[in-house]
Amino acid sequence: MTPLLPAPRALVAFVAVSVALVLQASLFSHLSVQGVVPNLVLLVVVAAALVHGSEVGLVLGFGAGLLLDLAPPADHIAGRWALALMVVGYVAGRLTSSGKPRVGQWLGVAAACSFVGTSVFALTGVLLRDPAVGIGELLRVEVVSLAWDVALAVVVVPLVIGLFARVEPDRVLA
Amino acid sequence: MTDLLPRPTTRTRSRAPRPVLEDRINRRGSLEPREPGRPRRSLVVALVLACATLMTLDQVGGADGGSPVDPLRRLVGEVYGPLEAGVDGVLSPVIAVPSWLRDHHDLAADINRLESENDQLRSELATSDYDRNRLQEYDDLTATAESIGYALVPARVVGIGPAQSFSRTVTIDAGSRAGLAPDMTVVNGDGLVGRVLRVTSTTATVLLVVDADSTVGGRVGRSMKVGFLHGRGDLGQTARLDLELVDQTYVPAVGETVVTWGSQDGAPYVSGVPVGRVDSVYSSLRETTQRAVIQPFVDFSALDVVGVVVPSGTLSDRGVIEADGSLR
Repeated sequence: MTPLLPAPRALVAFVAVSVALVLQASLFSHLSVQGVVPNLVLLVVVAAALVHGSEVGLVLGFGAGLLLDLAPPADHIAGRWALALMVVGYVAGRLTSSGKPRVGQWLGVAAACSFVGTSVFALTGVLLRDPAVGIGELLRVEVVSLAWDVALAVVVVPLVIGLFARVEPDRVLA
Repeated sequence: MTDLLPRPTTRTRSRAPRPVLEDRINRRGSLEPREPGRPRRSLVVALVLACATLMTLDQVGGADGGSPVDPLRRLVGEVYGPLEAGVDGVLSPVIAVPSWLRDHHDLAADINRLESENDQLRSELATSDYDRNRLQEYDDLTATAESIGYALVPARVVGIGPAQSFSRTVTIDAGSRAGLAPDMTVVNGDGLVGRVLRVTSTTATVLLVVDADSTVGGRVGRSMKVGFLHGRGDLGQTARLDLELVDQTYVPAVGETVVTWGSQDGAPYVSGVPVGRVDSVYSSLRETTQRAVIQPFVDFSALDVVGVVVPSGTLSDRGVIEADGSLR
C-alpha cells in the first residue's frame, strides 16, 4: 500500500497551506470586504482534493484546518476549521469525476466547498456558542466570503493543481 | 403507482457499478480493491473524533482555567507569527502605494481640515481650565446661597475699574432687569465681595469691600463683638481690610472669622456673610483702640462669577438661586 502522503506531496501541500495561511493573514487583511477575507487555505484544500481525491482532501483538510485554528490571529475553539476543512476536502474529492477537471467543474466545486466550509465553521460556532452571533450576520459573512472565494479560486485552484501535477505527474488522478 | 414500480429496479441496476468505498470481501469471496482516492471509513471516523476531542478540550478548558490547546497554539504562533509579521512588513509598503497616489488638491484639503481641527482643539484645551473653574464657581455660589440663607442672582464680572481711578469697582452683567437695585450685597463662593452702587438695565457697578471708601459693619464671629471694616484700596494677595472694634478693650484672636453685621432691611449689607479672618492685631496706645487686620476670603484680583443678594421671589430675567440651593 502506498503511503497516503508521500514526502514530496506532503511537502508541497504543507508549503501551499502555509503560504495560503500567511497571505490570508497578512496580505488579504488589507483587502478585506466588510472584514471578510478570502479563504485561501480552503481553496488549497479544494485543489488538492481535486487532484488527489477525497482521502487526501480529508487528511489535508484536517491538517490545514488545524493550522488555521492554531495560527496567531485565531481565537476560536480549536478544531472548528479542522472539521470544516475536513468536510471540504472530502466533498471536493467526491464531487470530482474522473478525467481532467474542467474549468466550469472545479469552479463550481470551489464555490460549493466554500459554502460548505464556511457553513460548517459557522454552525459549529452556533452550536458551541463560540462567538454568539446572529444568523443574519452569519449569512452576510457567508455571502461575502463565497464571492471572495469564487473570485480567488480562478487564480488559486489552477495554480495549486499545476503545482501538484508538476511534483508528481504520474500520480495525479485527473 | 404502477408506473413507479419499475423505477427502483432501474435504480438498483444503475447503482450496481458504483464503486465501493473500502476494501472488502464481496459475495463471491474475492477481495475488491477500494477505489483510489476514497478515504477509508476508519480514517474518517478517526479524524472526526479528533476534531470533536479537540473542540471539547478547548471548550471545557483545563484545571487552571487555561485551555489544554494553548501550548499548541503557542507553538504554532511561534512559527507562523513571525512569518506573518515578515510578510506584512514586506507587503505593507506595496499596499500603501494607492494612498500615495493623491493629487495636490486632496492634500491641500487635508491640510486645511487638519489645521482647523488643530485650532479647535487648541482653543478647547486653552479654555478647559477656565470652564472647569467657572463650573466650580457656580457650584460654590449655590452652596453660598444655601449657607447664608439668601436668594442670589448670579452674574459675571465683565469689567474692572482702572487702578488710576483709585476706586475699586467692577461691572457685572446683571442689571435692573435681573432684579438688581442699588445697595444690594454682592457675594461669591468665598465670601463678601461688595455692594451694588448703581444699576443700568443690563449691568451694575459694584463697590468692592477693599475700596478705600468702603465701610462694612463687621462682627467677630466667636465673641459677637462688632466693629467697622475699612478697605485699603489694594487688590490681589496683599488686599487687607482694617477692623476697628467698638469695644476698645477687646482683643480679637488671630484666625477668628469676621462676618457682616448687617444693616436695616439688608441694605447695603445683609448679615452673616463671611468677610475674612483676622490676620494680625495692633494696639494703638495713643488712640487706645484695637486695630485688627483682616485678610478677606475673596480673591479680588480673580473675580468672575458673583451673586447678588436679592429678596426671595424677585422677578429676574435669569435663573435665581434660591436660599435652598434650587434654581428658579
